[in-house]
Amino acid sequence: MSHHIVDIIDLCHTYADGTEALRGVSFRITHGESVAVIGANGAGKSTLLLHLNGYLTATSGAIRIGDFPLTKGTLPEIRRTVGMVFHDPDDQLFMPTVFEDVAFGPLNLGLMGADVDQRVEDALERVGAAHLRTRPPYRLSGGEKKRVAIATVLAMAPDILVMDEPTSGIDPYGRRQLIKIIKEFTHTKIFTSHDLDMVLELCPRTIILHRGLIAADGPTEEVFLNTALLAQCHLEQPLSMHGCLLCHRKGKEAAA
Amino acid sequence: MRYIDGAVRDFKDLDLLATGETTIHRLDARAKVVVTLVFILSVLSFGKYEVAALFPFFIYPAVMMALGNLPAGYIAKKIVFVIPFVLAVAIFNPLVDGQLMIQLGPFGITGGWVSCASIIIRSILTVGAAIILVSLTGFTGICRALEQLGMPQAFAVQLLFLYRYIFVLTEEGGRASRARELRSCGKKGLSLASYTSLVSHLLLRTWERAERIHIAMLARGFTGEFHTIHPKRFGGKEISFVIAWSAIFIFIRLQDIPQLIGTTVMRMIS
Repeated sequence: MSHHIVDIIDLCHTYADGTEALRGVSFRITHGESVAVIGANGAGKSTLLLHLNGYLTATSGAIRIGDFPLTKGTLPEIRRTVGMVFHDPDDQLFMPTVFEDVAFGPLNLGLMGADVDQRVEDALERVGAAHLRTRPPYRLSGGEKKRVAIATVLAMAPDILVMDEPTSGIDPYGRRQLIKIIKEFTHTKIFTSHDLDMVLELCPRTIILHRGLIAADGPTEEVFLNTALLAQCHLEQPLSMHGCLLCHRKGKEAAA
Repeated sequence: MRYIDGAVRDFKDLDLLATGETTIHRLDARAKVVVTLVFILSVLSFGKYEVAALFPFFIYPAVMMALGNLPAGYIAKKIVFVIPFVLAVAIFNPLVDGQLMIQLGPFGITGGWVSCASIIIRSILTVGAAIILVSLTGFTGICRALEQLGMPQAFAVQLLFLYRYIFVLTEEGGRASRARELRSCGKKGLSLASYTSLVSHLLLRTWERAERIHIAMLARGFTGEFHTIHPKRFGGKEISFVIAWSAIFIFIRLQDIPQLIGTTVMRMIS
């Protein structure tokens, strides 16, 4: 199962305008791990994700996905292995109907006819969006768009699922559904998110990026207990780790 | 911006009609595209003073609306929306062409007025046919049909993307314009400076989005070719649909039906 491993070795990326987005990032994610990459805005999270399927090329350093180093020659295989769900689902849903959008990946993989149908149906079923198959993307709600965007990636049967802020901009019910869907994906998962409660629920391991460097890499609960480090990286403990606000208020009132 | 917003919303509604389940909806899109083209060509091929002979062509939109279960009032409203633009062009004809053509007692109608009326009727027919085509087939279906009929794939894909993202773009434009209005303290109109800035921002944002869409496509194995899932079959139903309508259009084009009816009635009376 070595194809589920992500190895990042001293990765640096400097944009054309001179911004150093990543300044030597190294970590290894093994099979079946669920890892959150968190950090303040501009910490380098999205830049890091865009390296994972070869859209951005490292200024220096190396990336290995499974058995392959990321090079131009291995790119098609790596893009099949790494399924990427983007921040804005409108960027991901570009075909006229949901069905065609989910079929886009499998068709590019060379599947045909009934095989494509099966893949599409399965993927839509997994995200609970089978009833949306004939709808055009612009007629979906935010949560539906997000679920269909995930289905487009699941239809390619990726070994590694990479998601950029999966729960941003959707309502609590949609968020809960999404967390359930993500939990069901048993292969390697990598997220970036500002939704630290979701991170706490889904990811046993957390990496904090701060100004292009790794500030922490360890078990999520441990990382979130280090409040000084969180504050230094412009982060806060997830709300679920705070005491209940209502009980706290009631306690105060009772004391008074 | 509100005007564009409304127009785009209308387009969405038309697309919704295209999800209907009638026999006409289920026909292969190519058949409907070809019939619409033959219809438009037949209507446009008349001489510029022809008015009466155009009326029999209304049978096509009427039959299609009935068979496709389309709301006639809604389609009529869409056509009326285009008429002012047609009038802006046709209204110059009476000024230029003053030659007397018809004498009705003391009133004389010039060639200019006749050709103006002819242009308006033709517009109603052709615009109506186009709207009916979109409501029965959907924009996507039309693009696919054009591609299957020989239009290069690059154009078809461009059209599809234009259609997909026109909604996203107008929403973005709408938001930017609303933000500007809210801060313009009741001042009406758009100064050149703020207009330039608004449009250039929109362009840059579109550019960035195009880049992100491209990444999303590459991430799903896109190599430059679009594959189709289930090509529809151009079968017997489609062939009969094309032949029947084309025959009717050619017949109406070659025979002056109103005159034919007139002479028949006159003969019966005498």
